[in-house]
Amino acid sequence: MNTQVASTTRPSAVNIQEIMTPRGVKVWLVEDYAVPVLSIEFAMKGGSSQDPDGKSGAATMLAGLLDEGAGDMDSTAFQQALDEKAIEISFSSDRDYVSGRMRTLIRHVDRAMQLLSLAINAPRLDEAPIVRVREQLSAGLRHEAHDPSAMAGRAWRARTFPGHPYSLSTNGTLESLAAIERADLTALTRSLLTRGALHIGVVGAIDAARAASFVDQVFGQLPTRGDLKSIAAAQLSGLAGVEIVDLDVPQSTIRFGRPAFARRDPDYMASVLVTHILGGGTGLSSRLFREVREKRGLAYSVSASIAALDHAAYVHGGTTTKNERARESLDVIQAEILDLARNGPHEDELVKGKKYLIGSYPLRFDTSTKIAGQLVQIQLDGFGPEWLLERNRLIQAVTMEDARRVAGRLFDDGALSVVMVGRPAKA
Amino acid sequence: MPSSPFPAQAARPDAPAALATAALAGAGPAISDFRLDNGMSVVVIPDHRAPVVTHMVWYRNGSADDPPGKSGIAHFLEHLMFKGTKSHPQGQFSEIIAELGGQENAFTGNDYTAYFQRVAKEHLGVMMEFEADRMTGLVLSDAIVGPERDVVLEERRMHCDADPGAQLNEAVQAALFTHHPYGTPIIGWSHEIEGLNKADALAYYQRFYTPENAILIVAGDVEAEEVRRLAKLHYGPIRPRGEPPSRQRRKEPTPVARRLVTLNDEKVDQPSWQRCYLAPSARTAEPGEAETLEVLAHLLGGGQTSLLYRALVLDDKIAVAAGAHYMGTALDETRFFVYAIPAPGVTMQALDGAVDNVLASLIARGVDAGALERAKTRLVADAIYAQDSQATLARWYGSALATGLAMEDITRWPARIEAVSAEQIVAAARKYLDRRRAVTGYLLPAEADAA
Repeated sequence: MNTQVASTTRPSAVNIQEIMTPRGVKVWLVEDYAVPVLSIEFAMKGGSSQDPDGKSGAATMLAGLLDEGAGDMDSTAFQQALDEKAIEISFSSDRDYVSGRMRTLIRHVDRAMQLLSLAINAPRLDEAPIVRVREQLSAGLRHEAHDPSAMAGRAWRARTFPGHPYSLSTNGTLESLAAIERADLTALTRSLLTRGALHIGVVGAIDAARAASFVDQVFGQLPTRGDLKSIAAAQLSGLAGVEIVDLDVPQSTIRFGRPAFARRDPDYMASVLVTHILGGGTGLSSRLFREVREKRGLAYSVSASIAALDHAAYVHGGTTTKNERARESLDVIQAEILDLARNGPHEDELVKGKKYLIGSYPLRFDTSTKIAGQLVQIQLDGFGPEWLLERNRLIQAVTMEDARRVAGRLFDDGALSVVMVGRPAKA
Repeated sequence: MPSSPFPAQAARPDAPAALATAALAGAGPAISDFRLDNGMSVVVIPDHRAPVVTHMVWYRNGSADDPPGKSGIAHFLEHLMFKGTKSHPQGQFSEIIAELGGQENAFTGNDYTAYFQRVAKEHLGVMMEFEADRMTGLVLSDAIVGPERDVVLEERRMHCDADPGAQLNEAVQAALFTHHPYGTPIIGWSHEIEGLNKADALAYYQRFYTPENAILIVAGDVEAEEVRRLAKLHYGPIRPRGEPPSRQRRKEPTPVARRLVTLNDEKVDQPSWQRCYLAPSARTAEPGEAETLEVLAHLLGGGQTSLLYRALVLDDKIAVAAGAHYMGTALDETRFFVYAIPAPGVTMQALDGAVDNVLASLIARGVDAGALERAKTRLVADAIYAQDSQATLARWYGSALATGLAMEDITRWPARIEAVSAEQIVAAARKYLDRRRAVTGYLLPAEADAA
């Protein structure tokens, strides 16, 4: 295969400057004056895995409170300050990191950085917002209590990661949310909001000197390290049998998964390619799409993808099919996975899969917020700016033998951890 | 605030995102528009930051143009457009897009159906070739139509039949639009979907899928001249049929009665409240009214500093969330939508009363100058933020042009927002946010009563 293909599809506007600020904070900058906007995104390692025992949802609650009052501005004043300049600041918590993002018109960047700095360094965590955010999160949980997709996700995680933080919901439960106290949240600010493992991406109409100055203003005073609990590697369970969660709905929602390779495994990109062939892309031309939807009309959507977290990696996917034919959908999915495990992909699937993954890469870089997100993700995965070219080179380099071997290694005996929510008819 | 615990709040019958008629500020990409000889409209939106192009074709027809008894045909045809043509067998277009690493999809709204791809810019011509081909070359057979009808029925089951919130939304829209087809779901009613056939699809296709009825939007790393050349080459040869079909939907009679729709379901753990008012759209409104309603929606319920949020969530603490949304991008009279999620133990009536109080207070006391400034700042800023996304700009232009607006309506939008006065806002609230023009919807658990 021709490696020149990779270089011509480099996202051309993305020229990454790696900057070390005077205070020693690393940031990646893409300087871009086309639009008078600045986007910044960052991630700090830790996240929801650090929720205290019995208090799952704490990191998410904290993330929801960081824009609810900071410094000497209470919640109303802070929100009004954002509104006055149409500045957008928000935070969220994933399993392994807390992330934040800010977008501002360039003419308000000074004020925006000031507000972001306050939110991260001096969140007030006042009682009234804590009560309100707890209620909002609880209402969200109640809303999802009988949502088939949410139920399937919860059941699948509980079955697949028993006893591990990954079995819990990042949004918590009604019980765990009720148990979270202000002291838990302040403890989490100390452990999670640090410079210890911080990755930042800045995209927009400023130069390196100004970016460095802002980054120091916002992040430079954070503690260098937090007290993070060490999280064990998760062993996936449940790879036998199908768990049915009864719900009186006309369709069954199916979730399936099995172990996959860690992010730094040498076969990782090959496994991404193989999984794409199984059920990836825009979903209109994968194996599962062809077999489940196109040929048999069993579902509107069906997909599979890889999740590589810090302490577990898995391939997972799902579909939704009317109860009478739900088991047929599962059978078809299992058959395709076994076929890939035993025979690997067809040559044309490999060629097309590569073309898709390489050709679609620039589409991730067409807005400043998307670029900022990519900058952070590449750093979280532990790569440098050369990843923009390396990624496509690795995909291009996968041979048919590689693909066959990796499919066999990835899908093995085809055992899946499966949950079905609904009333699937007996086989 | 926490990242929204709730998915797309209640009634959003149209597929695309909020503030669909917002627009560009003066400084921005130089947008050009022109028409091909066969009547097809073309808009070019340059954005050279990534070597990517967004290619969209919008047809000026949607579910509100479904013939009576054939609800869902517009949406069904959208599915069938992926089933192959005389020149290109089923799957070939999607395969090529996938090979090129592109993304594709389509969507059907009340007033338009759109097809789009996002690809590396050098493949724009290929996209045009295939899209132009399926405008006239669609081939259908019963063997194709049958299974796809099943897929649509599964889609309906998945999105609606298992979801009490979605079922309530359908019931609210049906109650709000007693005569006008916005009251019929875009995907159609199950029993009518079951009866749709090849002949229905082809009749609809021949009526609406014509060059005069289509708008081509190309956004991204392109120049106008190149787009013109490619459009003439690929779309130009399509023969015009004459005038675009006129769309005359049955007008909704002036409402006179307050309506209440309640849905109880055992799957509902979290009750919710909504109200939909019948309001003019950007096309049907008097000058200034649509912009005024946009500002009013933001003032009432556009975020945490809004009137509803402050009163219901912060002060009275009877709701955990509250908001408002004006769906102005519509061909005919449309919805002004208000929602609230009650705090535990709070009744639907309490929310009714609280919302009515906020509205009455606005009408009686007028609009705070600072709040008005902030609302305008936010709305105008949205137009600038939109310049950051070629896909967003493409959708805004497409949806506006497909619902009867002109280019200058879009480009002048920020100035018109700036011009909205406090008096206009109060007048619009008094005229349109009247209970007689509205349907209220309660979503409740099984045994509970509204009382």
